[in-house]
Amino acid sequence: MEKWYLMTIVVLIGLTVRWTVSLNSYSGAGKPPMFGDYEAQRHWQEITFNLPVKQWYFNSSDNNLQYWGLDYPPLTAYHSLLCAYVAKFINPDWIALHTSRGYESQAHKLFMRTTVLIADLLIYIPAVVLYCCSLKDISTKKKIANVLCILLYPGLILIDYGHFQYNSVSLGFALWGVLGVSCDWDLLGSLAFCLAINYKQMELYHSLPFFCFLLGKCFKKGLKGKGFVLLVKLACTVVASFVLCWLPFFTEREQTLQVLRRLFPVDRGLFEDKVANIWCSFNVFLKIRDILPRHIQLIMSFCFTFLSLLPACIRLTLQPSSKGFRLTLVSCALSFFLFSFQVHEKSILLVSLPVCLVLSEIPFMSTWFLLVSTFSLLPLLLKDELLMPSVVTTMAFFIACVTSFSIFEKTSEEELQLKSFSISVRKYLPCFTFLSRMIQYLFLISVITMVLLTLMTVTLDPPQKLPDLFSVLVCFVSCLNFLFFLVYFNIIIMWDSKSGRNQKKIS
Amino acid sequence: MDVGPRLKAWKPRSNHQMVVCIHHSTDFEVHRNWLAITHSLPISQWYYEATSEWTLDYPPFFAWFEYILSHVAKYFDQEMLNVRNLNYSSSRTLLFQRFSVIFMDVLFVYAVHECCKCIDGKKVGKELTEKPKFILSVLLLWNFGLLIVDHIHFQYNGFLFGLMLLSIARLFQKRHMEGAFFFAVLLHFKHIYLYVAPAYGVYLLRSYCFTANKPDGSIRWNSFSFVRVISLGLVVFLVSALSLGPFLALNQLPQVFSRLFPFKRGLCHAYWAPNFWALYNALDKVLSVIGLKLKFLDPNNIPKASMTSGLVQQFQHTVLPSVTPLTTLICTLIAILPSIFCLWFKPQGPRGFLRCLTLCALSSFMFGWHVHEKAILLAILPMSLLSVQKAGDASIFLILTTTGHYSLFPLLFTAPELPIKILLMLLFTIYSISSLKTLFRKEKPLFNWMETFYLLGLGPLEVCCEFVFPFTSWKVKYPFLPLLLTSVYCAVGITYAWFKLYVSVLIDPPVGKTKKQ
Repeated sequence: MEKWYLMTIVVLIGLTVRWTVSLNSYSGAGKPPMFGDYEAQRHWQEITFNLPVKQWYFNSSDNNLQYWGLDYPPLTAYHSLLCAYVAKFINPDWIALHTSRGYESQAHKLFMRTTVLIADLLIYIPAVVLYCCSLKDISTKKKIANVLCILLYPGLILIDYGHFQYNSVSLGFALWGVLGVSCDWDLLGSLAFCLAINYKQMELYHSLPFFCFLLGKCFKKGLKGKGFVLLVKLACTVVASFVLCWLPFFTEREQTLQVLRRLFPVDRGLFEDKVANIWCSFNVFLKIRDILPRHIQLIMSFCFTFLSLLPACIRLTLQPSSKGFRLTLVSCALSFFLFSFQVHEKSILLVSLPVCLVLSEIPFMSTWFLLVSTFSLLPLLLKDELLMPSVVTTMAFFIACVTSFSIFEKTSEEELQLKSFSISVRKYLPCFTFLSRMIQYLFLISVITMVLLTLMTVTLDPPQKLPDLFSVLVCFVSCLNFLFFLVYFNIIIMWDSKSGRNQKKIS
Repeated sequence: MDVGPRLKAWKPRSNHQMVVCIHHSTDFEVHRNWLAITHSLPISQWYYEATSEWTLDYPPFFAWFEYILSHVAKYFDQEMLNVRNLNYSSSRTLLFQRFSVIFMDVLFVYAVHECCKCIDGKKVGKELTEKPKFILSVLLLWNFGLLIVDHIHFQYNGFLFGLMLLSIARLFQKRHMEGAFFFAVLLHFKHIYLYVAPAYGVYLLRSYCFTANKPDGSIRWNSFSFVRVISLGLVVFLVSALSLGPFLALNQLPQVFSRLFPFKRGLCHAYWAPNFWALYNALDKVLSVIGLKLKFLDPNNIPKASMTSGLVQQFQHTVLPSVTPLTTLICTLIAILPSIFCLWFKPQGPRGFLRCLTLCALSSFMFGWHVHEKAILLAILPMSLLSVQKAGDASIFLILTTTGHYSLFPLLFTAPELPIKILLMLLFTIYSISSLKTLFRKEKPLFNWMETFYLLGLGPLEVCCEFVFPFTSWKVKYPFLPLLLTSVYCAVGITYAWFKLYVSVLIDPPVGKTKKQ
């Protein structure tokens, strides 16, 4: 069959799954007084449409910051404004100041879901298609299968079309950034990435790899010549894009500071709610959130985060390569997720996107990671009554990956890219031959645990004394899995570049 | 090794569970009512019960099926089984009903599997996705019409078509008794399959009861096997006895038949099925408008009832002669006759039978009384089997299926369903056209320019009817216009496909020498 037919079919399948999920409930449906993220997005449309720019981030009688105050950068606000104009055209009641609080109706739900679909269609999906088409060394059929698997990734679909958010915009821009930078269109790539950061500040998780990769490229070109020119150009692009996005807020110092205060709430504590990172899991045994003072918590998380991501970033700066870049994106984002401050469980999507990008190279581990990442969202999805869509989409995703990549046949050391690592270890421990077998067993244990925990959470009631037992267990198990993946991805990065250098020495 | 293709073909079905949460149509209430009737009332009351307007109008086997389901239903929600609870609906009721459809689809999947075994694929390509078996399984499992009607609109057609496909597969595999048995059972589940009964009857008589043919393919009268006729008759008789026996004993047969064949309803449904009568009605309307303009007709003589206003009424045509149920029966019989003759005089084995079956279904759709547009599926599904084997059949199939599926659009009219029906339709259409084009790429192109234009015209039609029309002033003056346009446009396509299929059946040369069976 002609390839563009297949690609159209795959994209249509992705869209169908997305719209079918969107027919379900959203976060905070029918739950006054605060409702959920859906109401937050609607509220931002109300605020940005009815109030002047100067008041968007400030507390006032018209804009109560306690009720879903804006806490994303200006690009989100502009997007909400755009949606608000369309809403005004269809039904002004949806965004009327004050009176539209908690507005819920079928027509409004349809409108909001459509805005997500359009944003997805314009930004994220083309990026995925172009990215997969640009992959080298694989057949066209595999590229199309890759698009299918990435588009079927349950986490993003459930959060964007179920819970209700616009992650596809920021992730899409980040993907355009990765695409540009990998294809040597550095300026466009960095512009796209700046747009991503200005849409959601969590994209800063990806900023270090971008920085190191581009810096490494400049070094490679020679700092005295072309490299310096590139560096200057990049700096100008970044500054210009930030200035453009923040223009209305640069007029006064107080404006800029207030926006920064809303984006980075440092006085909120190490973590909120249950999230699958180190601090929350550690908190189960030792209540560090209550014991340590705030600034100590800040410093501690800062240190841990940067210590864990430093090796990979240094490698990337010294040896910039497209593959290394993507793997460093994974490990950096994962380090931030596990050790950083005020992490939300939805931030796992920032790790899932780079993992989707390496799906064709390490299918087994990537599929495993993506399944765990969806599982880690389970408490949130159960709260939004999205159990059935999550089960069905996870199964569909798993079957798609298994049939497209035959992941169970790719568990040898070479396929897992652990060959050089195990050779190095075997120099000291000759009997270390069981690595791939061990990883297969770990996969089995992990999947069984996830299935069991899901069944338990759905069918059983938690004991009276420990009402959060199941969500804590889910977070804990996911955290253990994520730690394993952190170690794994760092090993690949370190040993891959090492073997590269050794080979260079030999030849 | 075989797991791959089965997995690939099975995967799409899992998406059905997600469409569970959409709004429900009246069919939910219909089946809920039947669950209640069969569960709470004795058999003698089943066909007399009339508390609800949705009375039991399917044959007894379906009633027994609902009875068995009701025993599972009581664990979900006891309230739905109360006959007095009209329009009762709770989330558990919906969940149970949706899951029962999905569960019964297992039979459909099995039947598709059996059908794929009967297809001898041309060795076109080594790729899995280019094998006829794979294409057929996707065309059947992912059939847009079946998906929409069963899982969104809600009916139990999946397993019924599974029974039909299973009986067809058995006939292909020369297990005629089983084929006859499955069809007899199917008839007593839903009597709409009577449309294709002539094909079964004639085929079994001609190719099973007469065990051999003369060298030139004509009938050898002395090879008639009484044993086979008697055994077939016995099978059909036993199945019918099992089904209608209890009602015969209760002297309720006339009542049952009056429920099964209600002729009080009008020629067409509220939304005209795209058959010959739709074109007839449209012509009548056009002529009456012209007649009024040219003052040939007296405005006072024209009946005021509009043919497509919501309720189903009796109405009369203004210019052309009115149509009675008897007329439609005669037209249907006349339409079926040539294909039956072909089956008798030029037997071509199971493939000939399948073409005759499709023609019977299509002819009954074209000329039947009070045909529902869902009945087009009766022709589309068997034709899928033909489409992967011959290029000519593939092109007819594509026209039939695309227009037939498009004609189902008015069944889903709410805004949330709009993207779903468009996306699914696009998916199925693009897949079917591209895969069949690839399968037959070595032969001449599947469509000529006229057919291509017609099929492409469906896009603008959809845009006009669903996106542009609601915002124009005509919405108030002529609210039925989109339905009428859809109906007439599709009727053209379906009539064309019917005609082309007939021509190809009639001019096909008979098979030379048939082996003794």
